[in-house]
Amino acid sequence: MRANGSSGAASANGVQLQASALRARALVAGVAAVVIAVVAGLTIGPAGIAAHRVLLELADLLPGIAVESGLNDSHKAIVTEIRLPRVVLGLLVGATLATSGATYQAAFRNPLADPYLLGIAAGAGLGATIAIVNDIGDGAGVFDLVPIAAFGGALGAVTVAYLAGHIGGRSTASLILAGIAVASFLAACQTYLLQANADAFRRILAWLLGRIATSGWAEPALLLPYFLVTTAIMLRYRRALDVLAVGDEEAAALGLEPRRIRLIVLLAASLGAAAAVSVSGLISFVGIIVPHAIRLVFGTSNRVLLPLSVLFGAAFLVLADLTARTVLSPAELPIGVVTAFLGAPFFVFVLRTSRREIW
Amino acid sequence: MSAAVEVEALEVSLDRTPILTGVDLSVSAGEWVNVVGPNGAGKTTLLRALLGLVAYDGKVHIEGLASQRRSVRAQHLAYVPQSPVIPQGMLVGDYVLLGRTPHRGVFAAESATDCRIAAEVLERLDLDGFGDRAVQSLSGGERQRAVLARALAQQAPILLLDEPTTALDLGHQQDVLDLVDGLRREQGLTVIATLHDLTLAARYGDRVAILSEGRVAACGPPDGVLTVDSIAQHFGAHVKVLRDSDGPVIVPTATTTAHATSAAPDGRGTAQNGDHS
Repeated sequence: MRANGSSGAASANGVQLQASALRARALVAGVAAVVIAVVAGLTIGPAGIAAHRVLLELADLLPGIAVESGLNDSHKAIVTEIRLPRVVLGLLVGATLATSGATYQAAFRNPLADPYLLGIAAGAGLGATIAIVNDIGDGAGVFDLVPIAAFGGALGAVTVAYLAGHIGGRSTASLILAGIAVASFLAACQTYLLQANADAFRRILAWLLGRIATSGWAEPALLLPYFLVTTAIMLRYRRALDVLAVGDEEAAALGLEPRRIRLIVLLAASLGAAAAVSVSGLISFVGIIVPHAIRLVFGTSNRVLLPLSVLFGAAFLVLADLTARTVLSPAELPIGVVTAFLGAPFFVFVLRTSRREIW
Repeated sequence: MSAAVEVEALEVSLDRTPILTGVDLSVSAGEWVNVVGPNGAGKTTLLRALLGLVAYDGKVHIEGLASQRRSVRAQHLAYVPQSPVIPQGMLVGDYVLLGRTPHRGVFAAESATDCRIAAEVLERLDLDGFGDRAVQSLSGGERQRAVLARALAQQAPILLLDEPTTALDLGHQQDVLDLVDGLRREQGLTVIATLHDLTLAARYGDRVAILSEGRVAACGPPDGVLTVDSIAQHFGAHVKVLRDSDGPVIVPTATTTAHATSAAPDGRGTAQNGDHS
């Protein structure tokens, strides 16, 4: 017997065994996707600024590098104060939603789970609707109360669903059912408010369909701490989530505390998703489609899936936002329309071409 | 020999229904004890109590330790459940490496040692070359060996098997139990298995414990425990018990023919009549 020295690989009498791990090729693909999305998001737009000048201007922003991009002040402002914050917000929202979705699917052992499963969407929608119909905000600006109301509604909904799910039983099924009940109730409340306030309908609908809109750096700055903390927690539990894949009983027999692990990762995923939703509205599909596409291409292990969800989720949403703001330019499509319109065919393509059996 | 598992006055209730009502059982290190009993007798619950998966009253000492912490128990007890959950898309190598969980901590990656142990176990169970295949693509017999491999990778001195032969054909039943017996001898494992098939329970292992109505009704060598009377009393079954040199053979008799006399299957055996009660 000999160990070949490197971590995660060994041989017994020549039998090779390696643990699933994030391979360099997958990591490079994820980083490349982010770079491509960022460059595209920064260089494409109605102002018609030359791409190489945009890249020079960006290089100039890096510490220790001073280059002259040749852009005039208004073009500089477009790049650094309009496009860049918007791209960064897209990265953060996409990464958070995709990673939360992957975590929800792992924690519930259910491929249909997404970050909105426990009522985050309905809670945020109701919170935002209440704020908008009461005219305490218009859904834009950092000191606006709409994101705060949405955040509160989302967290309230998840909390109620979690408590109700544990009263009804201890299985994940009772938790899912509680989430459905809470979501239905809150959606009913929201529909009532919509009917009673038809004048606010357009503004509410715009919020519900989601958008990556920024006023300077306020929104990315708001979301960044939530992204960092919740993503760090979810990534830290990636191996534990692989053990949970054999079910609570067997995971407990292997020495883990499955319910505590599930509570921690669902709290992190819910907090991240609620923060993302409160600044961007209800962007659907990212939390389902990105993790499943990654599973089909790179395998189902959460230690591969979660890090790649951060990267591909970020890239996907930036490209979706780019499409949303260019396809009907100068008008903008709601990004939720784009994520579904682009995402669904792409997903079917991956589904048809993958040989992996993951469901 | 020291006791690997010491159980005294073990009581377990599920949803306020008493399941185990005072189980006493002592299993020595290196011993193989088969737990038999009718459906609902609490065989699986007994294993779950040993693992610390259900709350219980009474004394359960695992290698002298009373700790109920799962992370501690998982280093002493490896568990092969009756119906293991096979995760979609998980590779055999990763599945067997799950057995290293009690040794590596929740957040740590597998070490080269973990991978070497898993590779050795796969080779020992004739699963070398299966590491990159999905567990759900395996046949029933291969799958059972993969689950056993995960348990062996745990390197726990005590192996708990819950109905390890369910869903296997006769040949694969023998394969699995022979394998367990060989591993027990090689590695000095202590084995506690629940089995439905009384003849298999008599063939493999040192002692048989009949679990009935929440207690151990009888425990000892198969010859003394698996009698026509005890099987009728605890299983409500009409059987003949044939004896051959390897131990008792339990043969069900149709109720209408329960009074017929029987002959031994070969010249060596002696028949014990089914209706002598």
